[in-house]
Amino acid sequence: MWKRRTRGGSSRQGPGPESSRFFCFFKRFKEIARDWVYCYRKWRHCGATHQRRQVVRTALTDESLLRGLAQGDSLRLTAVGSWTAQYAADLERLVDRAVAQGAAVARVDLDMAGVDNIDTYGAWLLERLVRGFAEADRRITVVGLQEHFRGLINEVHQSNHKLPDIPAPGVLVSAAAQVSHAVNLIRRDLLLYVEMFGALVLATLRILIRPRRFRLTSMVHHLERVGWRAVSIIVLITFLIGAIIAQQGIFRFRRFGAELYVVDMLGVLVMREIGVLIVAIMIAGRSGSSYTAELGSMKMREEVDALQTMGLDPIEVLILPRVVALVIALPMLAFLGSMAALYGGGLVCWFYGGINPDSFMEELRDLSFNHFIVGMSKAPFMALVIGIVASVEGLQVKGSSESLGMQTTVSVVKAIFLVIVVDGVFVTFFASIGM
Amino acid sequence: MTVPVVVEQIEKDFGAYPALRGVSLKVETGELVALLGPSGSGKTTLLRVVAGLEQPERGRVLFGDIDVSTLSLRERRIGFVFQHYALFRHMSVLDNVAFGLRVRPRHTRPPADEINRRARELLDLVQLAGFEKRYPSQLSGGQRQRVALARALAIEPQVLLLDEPFGALDAKVRKELRQWLRELHTRLGHTTLFVTHDQDEAFELAHRVAILNEGRIEQIGTPREILQRPATEFVAKFVDGIVWRGGEAVRPVMGDSLTPAPLADLSMSA
Repeated sequence: MWKRRTRGGSSRQGPGPESSRFFCFFKRFKEIARDWVYCYRKWRHCGATHQRRQVVRTALTDESLLRGLAQGDSLRLTAVGSWTAQYAADLERLVDRAVAQGAAVARVDLDMAGVDNIDTYGAWLLERLVRGFAEADRRITVVGLQEHFRGLINEVHQSNHKLPDIPAPGVLVSAAAQVSHAVNLIRRDLLLYVEMFGALVLATLRILIRPRRFRLTSMVHHLERVGWRAVSIIVLITFLIGAIIAQQGIFRFRRFGAELYVVDMLGVLVMREIGVLIVAIMIAGRSGSSYTAELGSMKMREEVDALQTMGLDPIEVLILPRVVALVIALPMLAFLGSMAALYGGGLVCWFYGGINPDSFMEELRDLSFNHFIVGMSKAPFMALVIGIVASVEGLQVKGSSESLGMQTTVSVVKAIFLVIVVDGVFVTFFASIGM
Repeated sequence: MTVPVVVEQIEKDFGAYPALRGVSLKVETGELVALLGPSGSGKTTLLRVVAGLEQPERGRVLFGDIDVSTLSLRERRIGFVFQHYALFRHMSVLDNVAFGLRVRPRHTRPPADEINRRARELLDLVQLAGFEKRYPSQLSGGQRQRVALARALAIEPQVLLLDEPFGALDAKVRKELRQWLRELHTRLGHTTLFVTHDQDEAFELAHRVAILNEGRIEQIGTPREILQRPATEFVAKFVDGIVWRGGEAVRPVMGDSLTPAPLADLSMSA
């Protein structure tokens, strides 16, 4: 194999432009020399192994490694020589035979004084011997083991034990355990959110007493980031959603010749629910995650601790400006989003449904203004929920970047979920007060 | 104005796991004490408790004779240097140093040019004059850590706490900074607690070294005391260069002969 490879290689190469005849010859010579060396090594190796095997067979018979002598109900084993890898195969056979012999007696004595060399193989075989007797309930005493083998023997003695069988909990029990674990986590989260809300209220009160402490620059900065820069994407997506709702409405309502009612449906749906909900979900994904990541990385780099040692309250300095920015930005974005959705729906009504803009507006004006108020009043609360969840999760970040990534994901999922829950709460609330 | 720090029987748990189990320690005024130990021994937790970043379950910390639990973090006036610098990334070097003073309430805050003057002085002190306008990302690790130290010193701390300050730096820079920090400490003389897992650092820098293991102080003493008379087997095994042989410490101390130190007063844990 090796020979073929080198030869094939050289024939493929061919004489290059710079290779002289001498060089070719030299190369060929080198190859031949290499082949010879290879053959010689192989031959010598075979010989050496052969010789060693002979030594094993002649000089060391079974008896010389482990000898057994049965006396009444006790078995006396005497071990000598090298208990090493070289003789492991023979030794293994001997050990197994000794264990089999030991089945007939009650007590086994093992004298290791004659062993002058032992390695992991030997130590493990000794351990196997001991364990073999122990499993068969025979008493075994080992004497004469040289002191400096003690460490190795103890090490082997510790290893490879079967683990005690732990009965697997039943399906019901493990399901119950999982549920209780999940409930505990939810409870912990809720407590943290309430705590954060409380801390934010306290910080706001402190700011109201001393308004100069409010970090306006930071707030404006975040307002720009979560508000102004989100406008384009929010408008685009809500525009498309409005258009889709209108198209579906017209398509279904046409059968009943009730296309004009699509305008009512669109208006109610967008202003009450879809506008604010879609915007809140998008902001949770866009800004909530960035809050978590920012706060998390500050926590990770101990910047939050640094602020604290300088006597600053991270809630007041870092979190309050962010949450305030969100609470201001989300209603604005929700308003823009609702308008964009109505605009998109209006265009579809005009071109696809044949409802001209005048009658569209006419129909829209007939709707109660309450719908708009209901939708808009939800926005700041959703912003608060997103802000609290994002901050809490950000501060939960531990020292590693895995935990940063995980908390960011968790933050988005929880924020979106809670936004929808809050929406549900508002729906029941407004239904019960009849708005 | 620097004060002695007394730590009395501090216990701190993280969930079911005890991080500190009754740690007591006294750091004299102007003394530099190193907390040395393997990871998980509680040395950083102890530092954070002294700083007030963690609340202990039991025990108390005194600055001078004031129990710090009665003080707010601002009133404690702590200079804390973190392992990963924890500089504010969006602020220039000068702003970082001046930050601690600028955020003080108005009646205790020095005027703006006084703050700037002091920040510049501190940058001078940490040999970073001329770097005022740079941002942390434009500095090397050693420079960042010096900015962090300047920031910690800016608030005129009563106590200086360093959490593995050179842990993130390479060996050469670490050695230089070690030297430099010692000179700085001789000049300024703050009471300093200093966490490290680098034994050379601890023995070279500190007046006294406290060796922690599993939330307890195994031994506290001068470097020489610890090297010559390790109090427990753990100390002997943990500190390089001590040979522990059958309950006796054998150690060549800085050219001393190899005679085993008698350890009659030794209380050994088996």
